[in-house]
Amino acid sequence: MANRPEAALAAWLQGRAAQWQRLSRALAEVSARRRAELPQLKELVSGYRALARDLSLARAAAPDAKLVARLEALLTQAREVIHRRPGNVRDALAGLFRDGAARVAFELRGRIAAVTALFLASAAAGWWLVHSYPELAALFASEQMINSVQRGELWTDGLINIVPSALLSLGIMTNNIVVSLFAFTLGALYGLGTLYIVGMNGLMLGGVFAMTAQHGLAGRLAEFVVAHGIVEISVILLAAAAGVELGEALARPGNRSRAAAFREAVRRAGQLLPVCALFLVGAGLIEGYVSPDPLFTMAQRVAIGVAYWLLLMLVLSGRLWRRPRPHGRSDLTL
Amino acid sequence: MEEKLVVQTADAVEVELSVAGIGSRSYAFLIDWHIRFLLALAWLVLIAVLLGLLSPAEDFFSPLVKAGKVVLYAGLLPAAAIYFLYHPLLEIVMQGRTPGKRMAGIRIVTERALTPDAGALIIRNVFRLVDSLPAFYVLGLVVAMFTARQVRIGDLAAGTLLVYDTGKRSLDFDGVIGASSSRLSPGDRELLDDLLERWRGLDAPLRRGLAEKFLARIGEPVASSGTEAELRKRLRKLRDESRGKPA
Repeated sequence: MANRPEAALAAWLQGRAAQWQRLSRALAEVSARRRAELPQLKELVSGYRALARDLSLARAAAPDAKLVARLEALLTQAREVIHRRPGNVRDALAGLFRDGAARVAFELRGRIAAVTALFLASAAAGWWLVHSYPELAALFASEQMINSVQRGELWTDGLINIVPSALLSLGIMTNNIVVSLFAFTLGALYGLGTLYIVGMNGLMLGGVFAMTAQHGLAGRLAEFVVAHGIVEISVILLAAAAGVELGEALARPGNRSRAAAFREAVRRAGQLLPVCALFLVGAGLIEGYVSPDPLFTMAQRVAIGVAYWLLLMLVLSGRLWRRPRPHGRSDLTL
Repeated sequence: MEEKLVVQTADAVEVELSVAGIGSRSYAFLIDWHIRFLLALAWLVLIAVLLGLLSPAEDFFSPLVKAGKVVLYAGLLPAAAIYFLYHPLLEIVMQGRTPGKRMAGIRIVTERALTPDAGALIIRNVFRLVDSLPAFYVLGLVVAMFTARQVRIGDLAAGTLLVYDTGKRSLDFDGVIGASSSRLSPGDRELLDDLLERWRGLDAPLRRGLAEKFLARIGEPVASSGTEAELRKRLRKLRDESRGKPA
């Protein structure tokens, strides 16, 4: 038999149910079309407010009831639609290329200088090691590479005849993007993983150049590398600087929690990565089509390498796509 | 103890979600892993079959190997793309879910209990590189074991976590509200709904006992309850009446 409070609850439910059904339908419509007219939105917001109030009442009257679970689910959905962020991926990416990446590169200039110094130091160390102890070349180069250098050839000779340029480019850009992502994400190990990647790449570059120099091939290796290598190394160092920023946030979070500092650093420093990836695609194309092609002269290669690097610098300076700021423009729109 | 994500909305109403632990996380991952592995493998088999039709050979994969690097890469690349883009793409398109997560009943949300944006989902997936070190997601699992909300490094980086999914629950209010003419109270209606929902999972004597108790509670004659099928039919009829549907 229904007692008095239950009867009151039933009556109240009857009164409100139609509203919830309407909100539920409006939500489904807005979610499906992903756009809405103003009156519909107004109804959604006021329906949401009323629902929040009803949920509080329902929780107080019958905390374990199924109704509460359903109202909670409806509230969660409504909140999702109302709090959905405006804007889209294309705008976000455009903003990032226009000035986001440039701002971050400027903020991280100290770290960029530091990882560059580390890279140069480890390259010098790699050169010195292989120059002084030639047998150590095996640490940095595969047996196949060493054998070809000892025959007086570079392992890149005739590469274009074996692998088509398109495939070569694709393989190289995938590899370089993965290395850059590693340089960034390994910053999560308090920056140590990033420093390891930078150090190892420096040692390898120095070691391999020393090995080729011993057989009089360093000039030819430089000729192969120069068109794509300047940007490739710069981009990996940029990603590494972003990785060091993550390590720094973990090691010295300041007055935030370590997790919050880390998250913020990822969001901020991570803005460099799309620019890095794009430039690595270009570097991969150059490495596939220009570098192995004997028709390009040294001067042309240097010109391509330097011009591409200047383009990277131009993007990172923020001057390439920066829009003039309209005077008195407000970001507040209704 | 069950961990909860409690968020206060602008209207001071709390939204509470249950945090999914490493059990559900691993379960979902294993399902997803099998799906993407099988899809990638299916693509390779398809390419091998097509090549095999063009140049019949003694064993299955040899045409793929003999076909030369161009075809080999053309076959391998889409397979690799399926394998590696499965998570980021599906998580963005399915709003924080994947088929595996859906089967495990979990989804990704931000710390404000909202669906994460594409940026957060991409960050979360990029950090798989670190989480999967040194092999088989060992680092990610260890980190998940020691963090409060059982998250891996990728989730820490993106500010996301996994919760049990209640978002797509039925929003039909018929069952909980009922028709104005109904003689059942809201509490009784819920009891009846629960009993019918759990009917198949209960032992025969137990469900019969519960059904008879329920009938006695609402003042219906119990002695004439008949066979079990009839009993269930009666309960269903009561439910339909209470919802105002024609019996």
